[in-house]
Amino acid sequence: MTPTRRHFGLSLSAFAALAALAPVGQALAADTIKVGILHSLSGTMAISETVLKDTALMTIAEINAKGGVLGKQLEPVVVDPASDWPLFAEKARQLVTQSKVAVVFGCWTSVSRKSVLPVFEELNSLLFYPVQYEGEELSKNVFYTGAAPNQQAIPAVEYLMSKDGGSAKRFVLLGTDYVYPRTTNKILRAFLHSKGVKDEDIMEEYTPFGHADYQSIIAKIKKFSSEGKKTAVVSTINGDSNVPFYKELGNQGLKATDVPVVAFSVGEEELRGVDTKPLVGHLAAWNYFMSIKNPTNAAFIKEWSDYAKKNAIAGHKDKPLTNDPMEATYIGIHMWAQAVEKAKSTDTDKVIAAMAGQTYKAPSGFVAEMDPKNHHLHKPVFIGEIKADGQFNIVWKTPGPIKAQPWSPYIPEDKGKKDEPEKK
Amino acid sequence: MLIRLLRGLAAAALAAALAAPAAALDAATARAIATGDNDARIAALGAAVARAEPGLAEFAQALLDDAVKTTPAGAVLVVRDEHAVDAATGQPATVPDDAEDASNNNRMRGALAAALGGLRLLSKDPAARRAAIDELSRNGADPALLPLVDKAWAGETDAGLKAQLGRLRASVQVASPDRAQRLAAIDLLSHSDEPAVRALLQARLAPDGEADATLRVAIERALAQVDARLAWGERLGVLFTGISLGSILLLVALGLAITYGLMGVINMAHGELMMIGAYTTWLVQNLFHRFAPGLFDAYLVAAIPAAFLVSAGVGAVLERGVIRFLYGRPLETLLATWGISLVLIQGVRSLFGAQNVQVENPAWMSGGIAVASNLVLPWNRIAIIAFAVLVLAGTGLLIARTRLGLFVRGVTQNRRMASCTGIDTARTDTLAFSLGAGIAGLAGCALSQVGNVGPDLGQGYIVDAFMVVVLGGVGQLAGTVLAALGLGLMNKVLEGVAGAVLAKIMVLVFIVVFIQKRPQGLFALKGRSAES
Repeated sequence: MTPTRRHFGLSLSAFAALAALAPVGQALAADTIKVGILHSLSGTMAISETVLKDTALMTIAEINAKGGVLGKQLEPVVVDPASDWPLFAEKARQLVTQSKVAVVFGCWTSVSRKSVLPVFEELNSLLFYPVQYEGEELSKNVFYTGAAPNQQAIPAVEYLMSKDGGSAKRFVLLGTDYVYPRTTNKILRAFLHSKGVKDEDIMEEYTPFGHADYQSIIAKIKKFSSEGKKTAVVSTINGDSNVPFYKELGNQGLKATDVPVVAFSVGEEELRGVDTKPLVGHLAAWNYFMSIKNPTNAAFIKEWSDYAKKNAIAGHKDKPLTNDPMEATYIGIHMWAQAVEKAKSTDTDKVIAAMAGQTYKAPSGFVAEMDPKNHHLHKPVFIGEIKADGQFNIVWKTPGPIKAQPWSPYIPEDKGKKDEPEKK
Repeated sequence: MLIRLLRGLAAAALAAALAAPAAALDAATARAIATGDNDARIAALGAAVARAEPGLAEFAQALLDDAVKTTPAGAVLVVRDEHAVDAATGQPATVPDDAEDASNNNRMRGALAAALGGLRLLSKDPAARRAAIDELSRNGADPALLPLVDKAWAGETDAGLKAQLGRLRASVQVASPDRAQRLAAIDLLSHSDEPAVRALLQARLAPDGEADATLRVAIERALAQVDARLAWGERLGVLFTGISLGSILLLVALGLAITYGLMGVINMAHGELMMIGAYTTWLVQNLFHRFAPGLFDAYLVAAIPAAFLVSAGVGAVLERGVIRFLYGRPLETLLATWGISLVLIQGVRSLFGAQNVQVENPAWMSGGIAVASNLVLPWNRIAIIAFAVLVLAGTGLLIARTRLGLFVRGVTQNRRMASCTGIDTARTDTLAFSLGAGIAGLAGCALSQVGNVGPDLGQGYIVDAFMVVVLGGVGQLAGTVLAALGLGLMNKVLEGVAGAVLAKIMVLVFIVVFIQKRPQGLFALKGRSAES
């Protein structure tokens, strides 16, 4: 299988690099720091997660080429939890107890994160989670490098309600049926109530994972949108269901100027292979887009393109794309490496202490900062419209990074919850 | 034909000759429309439309096509096919490195499309006028465009277009301060079948809308009329989606109706045979991409037989290699074919990777046909329904009218008697099984046009396929057809009421109860052969 072969190749090159540094290299190849990579390489989530595995391997290779961490090379251990949520927990345990990794980078869906959470807490190990999520969680053992709802969902809906976003008054909350869309929509509903939107102007719809027939849902959206005020769709559909969803949207001629769809889990990678010409103008909200123009991002895209070409990564070798979770993975690994250097140890508690306040110059063009307390990054928010070439045209952005609120102020039960993990 | 071509060429030449002077838009206007704050841009655009500036339509179209660049020096360029033209002077220009794209968001695009619609309302070409009127009716007219609409309405000669324009006018006048005008507008609008009109009337009924009580009653009546017209589109829509899902279920289950229904083989690898068909389609598509990009839109013509043959071949190997040793032992067959399905999934995963592969629709399959103002039937769904009908007809004929079909029926009904009359039952089994497998391949080819193609493709459909066959009655093609359509319609009707997740559960519960009450399914085989 490819991962093992690549893994072998990597440790070989790591060995070569060490041999070249002979004077300092009393460390043998065995003396490496192992890091786990826990992303689905098959199943419904593979469309989104596979590329994060490759991003992690690229970042690790980059760190290794600069001499590694604490003078040791990083050794990636890749496993495939196959979009199977209980398997995530098994693989996580295997990574920590058998492979003895110092840290794990992984997960996409919240249900997979919820599944591994008890493992990391029990074994007191570290997880870096690179994807935007619904909040409502704060574990001492997890660093969240993706967006919390106030860094993605809320600004996106505010934009839709603004004049430039089309002054939407009615909302369809459409999602895959699991914890992230349900919780996000609960927060959004409360937020919309606070803005004076009534329940009859909100339609909530869910589909199973891997759903492929969006005909009736789109017909429903059309009907709902003709029943009064300007309508917008907020999509939290995850995984490969997005391809049939957007295909159907284009085929049924639902244009962005009539009913804009803003998505939280669709980026450059998910739109690959979809004919984006009928989709021009539909939106996505992220903390990073490939189309952002700045030197850091140009370097990041170049690094990824070169890496994809060299390693013949399917799809990316011909048409390299970067997206938000890739950027979050990249930032996460670099911050972890910086924290280990600061702590002079890979010990979980020492690294957690050293993570507070870490900064990294991110490809988004801003300096991402790890909050001193709440384990989330301060990130900027961008809203982009899909262009005919599958890239995003940025139509709105925050002036600067925003602090994450893992406990949403729009959920009454969250009142009084502390903005830092409970000490164990 | 030739004449039309010549006329087209002449028109194109004329247009090209006219293009340069026509593009002469005031430089300041072009700049104001292309850059700056959206509010200011839209205001500038509206002012230019009101002045009916020459070249504005071309410029708006260029903006909509993302073909406009602006330079810091203040020039506005239209870049098409790498040829840059200055929007103001119409002279060729070079694009400096620091030129920026004029970017438009949805709001800007909407305004541009509306402006373009307004400008084209006065076009001499009836088709262009019709397109413009359709565009404006769909989005609801902007009050700022009323003078233009009035002018177009006064000058319109085509009766149908005039009526449409009248409704368009009414959609603006419905908010006019003049009560009589409002009443006339409501009356006109009650003849509309546009979803936009329904939205408009509903908005008028809001507390801040119409104040006059008698007019409110009129609006309510008009709304009911429009609703009644739109309801037909919606009902047809549900019917169509139901038939569309039914056609997919039918394709998925038809092969199984032969292998399981007629031959009694519980083939758990049926889904994987579909997956193989889908991957074959993908491979054929890639071959066309590489060797015959010009014929890409016709790749399905080659993919359909290829998918059939490859899946049928795999089916034949399966039957010869494994299944023939297990006839009459359903449990072993079930386990063995389940094992085979895992092997096939893993095989494809190792060969082509675990990620989904991308099967592109041919261009003629994108988009759809608008049969009502609120109902668009997508071409790919229509194509699949037609394909399912063809496959069904082919299979039906094959089973009912050919020698092979006769043998298959004979062997199924009474194997020993068939053997005594000289039929090679083993060969018939192989042929029948590969036929079923080949049909699964065809289903895979169809699925690749609407869903994702990955190694797990078959897993999502195997349960559905068995559901259809069992519900329809084992051994009956007619039952399979009815069950597929019935389940498709039921699923879609329930989805409309209860949502996709609940609908799926309700359908499953229904089938469990139905099978409890009627284990033989919708249609049962009668007679002596049924027992064996």
